[in-house]
Amino acid sequence: MTVIVAKELSTALAALREHADARLIQGGTDLMVEINFNHVKPTTMVSLRDVQSLRTIRQDSPGIMSIGSGVPYSVLEGEPVLSAIPALAQASRTVGSPQIRATGSLGGNLGTCSPAGDTLPVMFALDAMIHLSTLDSQRVVSIHDFMTGVKRNVRQHDEIITAIDFPIVQGWQGYSKVGVRNAMVISVASACLVADHKHADVRLALGSVGPTIIRCREAEAWLKSSQDLTAGQSISLDIAHEFGRRAADESSPIDDHRSTAQYRRHAISVLASRMLRKAYQ
Amino acid sequence: MAPSSTVTKSRDVLGTNALRPDGAQKVQGSFEFTSDMHAENMLWGATLRSPHPYARIVSIDTSAALALSGVKCVITASDVPGKLTYGLISSDQPVFAHEFVRYMGEPVAAVAADHPETCRRALALIKVAYEVLKPLTNPEDAISGSHDPIHPDGNVIRHQRIIRGDQAATGAVVVEGEYVIGMQDQAFLGLEAALAIPDPDGLGVHLHVATQWLHEDLSQISACLGLPAEKVRLTLGGVGGAFGAREDISLQVHCCLLALKTGRPIKMQYSREESFFGHVHRHPASIFMRHHADLNGKIIKIDARFVFDGGAYTSTSPAVLINGITHTQGPYKCDNATVDGYAVRTNNPPCGAMRGFGVVQACFAHESQMDKIAAAVGKSPVEIRLINAMATGDPLITGQIMESVAPVARCITETDAIPLPPSLDVNADELELPGGSGLTSSQSNIVRGIGWGVSMKNLMYSEGFDDFATARCTLKDGVASLKFATSEVGQGFVTLAPQIARSVLGVDDVLIEPIDTEIGSAGSTSASRQTWMSGGAVDGACRLVRERLFHHVGKIHNIDPLRLVIEGTDVVDQMGTFRISVADASDGIEISETFEHHHRKTDELDEHGQGNCHTAFAFVAHRAVVDVDPDLGLVKVVQIATAQDVGRVLNPLSAIGQLEGGIAQGLGLAVMEEIVMKDGKVRNPSFTDYLLPTALDAPDVVAVMIEEYEPQAPLGAKGIGEPPCISVTPAIVAAIRNATGKAIERIPVRPQDICL
Amino acid sequence: MSTNEFYSLRVNGRTHQVQDSWIGESLLYVLRERLGLPGTKGACEQGECGSCTVLMDDAAVCSCLVMAATAIHSEIVTVEGITTETTLTDVQQNFVNEGAVQCGFCTPGLIVAVHHLLEKNPNPTELEVKEAISGNICRCTGYGRVFAAVEATIRSRNSEK
Ligand SMILES: Cc1cc2nc3c(=O)[nH]c(=O)nc-3n(C[C@H](O)[C@H](O)[C@H](O)COP(=O)(O)OP(=O)(O)OC[C@H]3O[C@@H](n4cnc5c(N)ncnc54)[C@H](O)[C@@H]3O)c2cc1C
Ligand code: FES
Ligand code: FES
Repeated sequence: MTVIVAKELSTALAALREHADARLIQGGTDLMVEINFNHVKPTTMVSLRDVQSLRTIRQDSPGIMSIGSGVPYSVLEGEPVLSAIPALAQASRTVGSPQIRATGSLGGNLGTCSPAGDTLPVMFALDAMIHLSTLDSQRVVSIHDFMTGVKRNVRQHDEIITAIDFPIVQGWQGYSKVGVRNAMVISVASACLVADHKHADVRLALGSVGPTIIRCREAEAWLKSSQDLTAGQSISLDIAHEFGRRAADESSPIDDHRSTAQYRRHAISVLASRMLRKAYQ
Repeated sequence: MAPSSTVTKSRDVLGTNALRPDGAQKVQGSFEFTSDMHAENMLWGATLRSPHPYARIVSIDTSAALALSGVKCVITASDVPGKLTYGLISSDQPVFAHEFVRYMGEPVAAVAADHPETCRRALALIKVAYEVLKPLTNPEDAISGSHDPIHPDGNVIRHQRIIRGDQAATGAVVVEGEYVIGMQDQAFLGLEAALAIPDPDGLGVHLHVATQWLHEDLSQISACLGLPAEKVRLTLGGVGGAFGAREDISLQVHCCLLALKTGRPIKMQYSREESFFGHVHRHPASIFMRHHADLNGKIIKIDARFVFDGGAYTSTSPAVLINGITHTQGPYKCDNATVDGYAVRTNNPPCGAMRGFGVVQACFAHESQMDKIAAAVGKSPVEIRLINAMATGDPLITGQIMESVAPVARCITETDAIPLPPSLDVNADELELPGGSGLTSSQSNIVRGIGWGVSMKNLMYSEGFDDFATARCTLKDGVASLKFATSEVGQGFVTLAPQIARSVLGVDDVLIEPIDTEIGSAGSTSASRQTWMSGGAVDGACRLVRERLFHHVGKIHNIDPLRLVIEGTDVVDQMGTFRISVADASDGIEISETFEHHHRKTDELDEHGQGNCHTAFAFVAHRAVVDVDPDLGLVKVVQIATAQDVGRVLNPLSAIGQLEGGIAQGLGLAVMEEIVMKDGKVRNPSFTDYLLPTALDAPDVVAVMIEEYEPQAPLGAKGIGEPPCISVTPAIVAAIRNATGKAIERIPVRPQDICL
Repeated sequence: MSTNEFYSLRVNGRTHQVQDSWIGESLLYVLRERLGLPGTKGACEQGECGSCTVLMDDAAVCSCLVMAATAIHSEIVTVEGITTETTLTDVQQNFVNEGAVQCGFCTPGLIVAVHHLLEKNPNPTELEVKEAISGNICRCTGYGRVFAAVEATIRSRNSEK
């Protein structure tokens, strides 16, 4: 029964192997709430806080930015991410408060895998790839395969999420989140839209309106078939509204204490059409 | 103890920006809140609460919890030595549930152990078998009698009518609405906490507690402990805000019982989640109102029906009901009224005091109605309110004559004169738009709206209640010490009291003695009453001391004491040249005087709701400017302009703090704060889901203080704590209606209420 | 408790030993209950109020969300360590002067957050100030006097230059 504060990734990986009960902790902004509220009774903890190799942002191959799972949101809000992946910077800036952003991480957002996780729609819209390591193996999983349900993912007990690869896409991208307060709020509905000028298409992913993040494949396909999506085009209000309507159709929200399914669906249609118009302004 | 023994040095008399004597400690983190207290050999206490809104307790088995290492004792209803129930108005709330639990979160048992984590584990080991019953959650079912009584005292807590004037009166214009107010939480930041230290002989207890009213706590606690009052002493611990939530008993009795049972000091402290269950909330209400007006918009008659959901126990529901219905007319003249009001018992959480106390609910209804009248007769919101504005000497619908200074029209016109904010900047940062950091909208999506709210609020307690306040002043060697039992919850009485002493006595150094039950009651820090009541008591005690000082000086120097006055820090002969400093004059002597301040007598209402039930009133106007994203239903409150009737400003810095703080709470009720209930269960007992305004939600506040000296008030000053949070809520809602054209009749306004 | 953890923390420039702690204890709990540093307050234990704000390796964080035993390599500064002087800092003095303190429960967290903000950004815009303290809930003041205190500090620092 102990806390292992790893400085090297290998130490953390070895600890996971050794302790079947071990839990990883990075920023602690999800896990500590669970512990403070008695939902989780930790026995062995492996802290990644001091593993510097998880805190890097690299651009090894052109067109891909690889972000360490432990980089805090406060860093992701700014450069180089702000220019390369603006939607991720925007999503990062909407997470909680400055204090939360000082320690919260993509690794934790993925580890928790809440449908309200703000960076997940960005990953879904950009087809991000998740790097997972064990003591003796590594694999790369598409975000679409990684998240399997509400707070469920394919990570194995002895795996650590090390980095997330984001393609750098030419064209507008953005992240919008609806909450009932002007700051520090969990999303009631959110959307990430990416206009990929090179491939002349638009991608849309939705948060908080289904058990997982929803990629609106049908609305995307409809849009591509009804509208030239290369740079410089403009989008009519009718097209934008129809796109919004179709996106809302693909969502499957529920009623809960934060909002109603009806409102969430409506909000998605508004966000999707607004973002589409912005993308081609 | 936190607020005690603080010496302030400066000529900070009444009217100046005297600084808080506890300010330095608070910014350094050295101010001791109750939750910071420790005692040698201390144990922790914790409470087991009902998961059900309504159930019969079949059995309680504490054996496994008792067996856990580190656990020192477990107590339930059968361990209560004295009275089994407590309550502010009616003693109907059990110390621990016996036989039935009547709301989710009702205390069932308590444990004492060596570590908070041990307490949590012990609570999980207490086995309570419940027979779950169908909860009464709809207040109308309590009125109709369609649900069996959930309490021996029945399901209607109080029913009161107001019948005034011509019952058949009608007007050319009739407007009506059914208004719904959600359940708001006080959400003070400093959670409930107490430290109980048993007397060495085990026959008494000393409780350090964050509370609003030490003496009322004392009498309720001692009765439950089965101890004579003198065996229970209370000292105010540092209080982190209150807003009404500390007026009822929460952990006080449990903490004392555990201390007496274990013979060791017990500290109890609620978590935020527990706090949502551990204190009363603002009453949810539904209010029907119909106004008859003439073609000019002058009110002829009001019909209204109020239903306040009091939850499982009485708390202050009867008084909240009376406040609500007697403020039906708001700050407007009205000769004819038919009002029917109920406060009912349900299996929802108990509701009681919160800043605004029943008037918040009434005001949302009457202000919504005023805008409807304005629309019907083609007048502006300002015109309609000026046409109807009440003045001193007007009769209220209770028959009481408005004797307070009543600058209603001035509140309105001076608010109206405050410049509107500039229109939305084309380059405005997205953070400033509705939706804020969510980046949901751009400029072109935003519509601006303006709305009004004006309110009247009673000050002090009503219906014959003598909520007096006591203070003692002792002058010795040029230093005044003040003793009172007035709860300092953040409002700044510890700043004001020395200001009074300096003004009256000409001293510089003022010491505040520990705030405890070693002196008579000060009444509650609520109802905007402490400046008036405890301020009056301190003023009275200081004046008595001054009189004796003049006699002393007069005798020694052979001057008629009637010729002596205080000038600055000197005693001065008005008719001669004699002058001596107060410090010198009081050298070597000690003068001590105690004074009780009582307000004028009030009466109970008769069966027609007639009677001089209120002590005094204050008024305020609010104008809200909001930006709305109508498609998403998101709101940003841009500016609140306000002019408030304050009587006299005793400390400008404290005053503006009360105004701005109250406005933020009213904003919360308007657009975000609600305890969401389903089938008697609280769905959002956390700060993740019960949203409070953040710095990015705060509007610009432009405030004018209207100073018309109130002759009834000992210092000429009215209470200013509650009015700021009352009419700001309807003003914001009116602004949203103005921006969107939606007929919104429910608060808080949810996005779907705007855009769907 | 079933665990005996021994570790040390660097707080306000001093090394503190922590003994007999339960593994899940937050930094907030350890500071307040084990290290005798009750200046840091807790009002939610879920990161939503900011009362527990401390500096950790030069970042303002919620101490309720830091597992204390994982902070062994970090430098922690609490409100008690925001200055080594016995006098108030300019931020603290302005909080008192401008009426930004009522009940004072949010105050220690705000003091730490504002010190941190002005360290990183000596001339923040009004909006930057609001965003920087948007994680610090104050229930009493409605924030108006808090903004005034921050502005007064910026003004006086600039005029000293
Ligand atoms: C007040 C508050 C506000 C919040 N607001 C938002 C918000 O607006 N939007 C939002 O999306 N989230 C929000 N959150 C949730 C949280 O901040 C985020 O999910 C954050 O990304 C979690 O990161 P972390 O590093 O703190 O995770 P931790 O709490 O350290 O870990 C979370 C989970 O992920 C696992 N984990 C962490 N790192 C790894 C890794 N490298 N490999 C494998 N598993 C790992 C952990 O075992 C744990 O199960 C909020 C939280 C709080 C307390
Ligand atoms: S106690 Fe840590 S943020 Fe509230
Ligand atoms: S001063 Fe009370 S919460 Fe801020």
